[in-house]
Amino acid sequence: MADKEILLDVKDLVLHFSTSKGVVRAVDGVNFQLNSDEAVVVVGESGCGKTSLAKAILRLLPRNVHTYTGKVYLKGEDVMQLSDEEYRRQVRWRKMSMVPQAAMNALNPVLKVGDQVAEPSIIHSAMRKAEALEQASKMFQHVGVPQDFLNRYAFELSGGMRQRVAIAMALVTWPDLIVLDEPTSALDVLTQANIFNVLKELKGELGLSFILITHDIATSSELANSVAVMYAGQIVERSDAHRFFDKPLHPYSEKLMNSVPRLRGNQEPDFITGQPPSLLSPPTGCRFAERCTKRFARCDEDPPVIEQDGRSVKCWLYA
Amino acid sequence: MSVQMNVKGQDKALAQDEVLAMKSDTVTSNDVLLSVKDLRVWFELRRFGFGHAGYVRAVDGVSFDLNLGGTIAIVGESGCGKSTLMKTILALHRPTKGDILFEGQNLNALRGSEMQEYRSQVGYVQQDPYGALAPFMSIQRILEEPQIINGIKDKEERDFRLRRAMEEVKMSPVDDFLPKFPHMLSGGQQQRVVIARAMLLDPKLIVADEPVSMLDASVRVEILKLLRGLQEAHNLAVIYITHDLSTVRYFSERVFVMYAGKIVENSLINDLIHNPYHPYTDALLAATSDPDADNATRFRDVPPGEPPSLVNPPSGCRFHPRCTHKIEGLCEVEEPPYFEPEPHHLVACWLYR
Repeated sequence: MADKEILLDVKDLVLHFSTSKGVVRAVDGVNFQLNSDEAVVVVGESGCGKTSLAKAILRLLPRNVHTYTGKVYLKGEDVMQLSDEEYRRQVRWRKMSMVPQAAMNALNPVLKVGDQVAEPSIIHSAMRKAEALEQASKMFQHVGVPQDFLNRYAFELSGGMRQRVAIAMALVTWPDLIVLDEPTSALDVLTQANIFNVLKELKGELGLSFILITHDIATSSELANSVAVMYAGQIVERSDAHRFFDKPLHPYSEKLMNSVPRLRGNQEPDFITGQPPSLLSPPTGCRFAERCTKRFARCDEDPPVIEQDGRSVKCWLYA
Repeated sequence: MSVQMNVKGQDKALAQDEVLAMKSDTVTSNDVLLSVKDLRVWFELRRFGFGHAGYVRAVDGVSFDLNLGGTIAIVGESGCGKSTLMKTILALHRPTKGDILFEGQNLNALRGSEMQEYRSQVGYVQQDPYGALAPFMSIQRILEEPQIINGIKDKEERDFRLRRAMEEVKMSPVDDFLPKFPHMLSGGQQQRVVIARAMLLDPKLIVADEPVSMLDASVRVEILKLLRGLQEAHNLAVIYITHDLSTVRYFSERVFVMYAGKIVENSLINDLIHNPYHPYTDALLAATSDPDADNATRFRDVPPGEPPSLVNPPSGCRFHPRCTHKIEGLCEVEEPPYFEPEPHHLVACWLYR
């Protein structure tokens, strides 16, 4: 791993929202790295802050932000130092882009999909429309959408095709990194497999890096080089994919892995009892302690992040 | 009418009425609860509001029997007609052709109060729990409403029933949840309320339409086990509709694979996983992933193309344009009947003629 270039380095990223009930600590001190040509998967239950993490990295923030601090190095440059306008011009879509959750419904219903895919090139790469459309048709080829679909509207496309168009839109300016937020959770299994085939191909051919955000461990393994497990606003385990899927370290990751219904093999799945803590006032000690079966006295204190053979885990068991 | 299934020779096609007699479970005797016979549900397309422009053949010749206390799963992609089949069973659509018999009574013949009586015996668990619960009603009211509509006038009895249902879905202490509104609950809790509502009137049949597909992977198994527990405790018949084969084995023994309005394979789930016959089932299984780091370097075999339009379905076998095992001159000409390559395992594919 050491010989690879670090593409993205996130340090102590914090994103808190103010609401009428208090401050929601959606992203609470997140650290991780991503090498070029690799994919990291962020897994966690709903409400653990994984979508907020994506938004924090891409600086797509709502109005009620309370705190937004930390460092995000993209190829060595701290993009958090840039002003909003500089960020918009230099980083978003030029270097990092995003396929939003439910991307199939994110397309504009009254624009032709070709025009929509061409738009980022016109805005960010100062192309003329004809050129941008040509670029869009090239992207359609990459993601496997027939050329004549350029002139169609979103409602004329199936869910899988719409998802591909959304991916083409994120690709069209040749960014280094694409953030995929639950790209397949609304799709059928065959379509899902198709989309992952496309993503694998893109990763191999174009040398793209991905951050894949999902709650579904089974499909996450389709793309992952490394895995980050998120719980209650924090990353509790980071590991390479091989060792993670073989044997996760953190008790939460273990439970998450055991809760997956499997098609093959006879392992009886289990589920995690209880609810994740409220992000309004998370517990002071380990945030998973309340649901953990391996809890002991020290869990009342906040566990440090412990490094172990290139993996890291935030749990007292490994201290 | 529930004839014990005949085990036929390896290469003999089954006649239509023998297929009809195929039962959802191997339980004998004549305790058939629901019997679907050559059901067709077509929706008429109209041009400019009145000109006839063809039909959408959402369900096109589906037959099965479901026993009291039996479970079946229907697996298929979106647009294959599984939701239309379910809604027709719930009497929300009328069959274009064919019959649905519930305890021997034909749904087509039910009127007014008989229909209400039928509906009270069939519970419905929706796919999206948040969309299925009225946002302006408290949980108490959500659970009281169906009882009022179905004429349970005694307030105490209503209260007793709703508490019993809430305890059955393990939403306790009940009093904490009753005054809450749906948005205050997590997705898993909302789905429990939906299940409690389906259980209120002591139904004999529950239809669960993708009950876990909108939920987090970590609570899916919990909800499925809950449903399974209720099914066993009350001897409920359950139809479980899903697109995810990996969850079926935790719920049902028998599974029907549906493609373009037809059932293409009918088997026990373990036989289906280890020994699928239909090329479409094969593709579905190959596309389902288990957590494994090696997945990242493997490409999956996916049949080319997309499910066909149900307005003009392909001639012959409806899967033939995407099938890699197509037999020229046969598959695109003649529709395959059901073959039985092994006992209790039916497949509509010419490969097994």
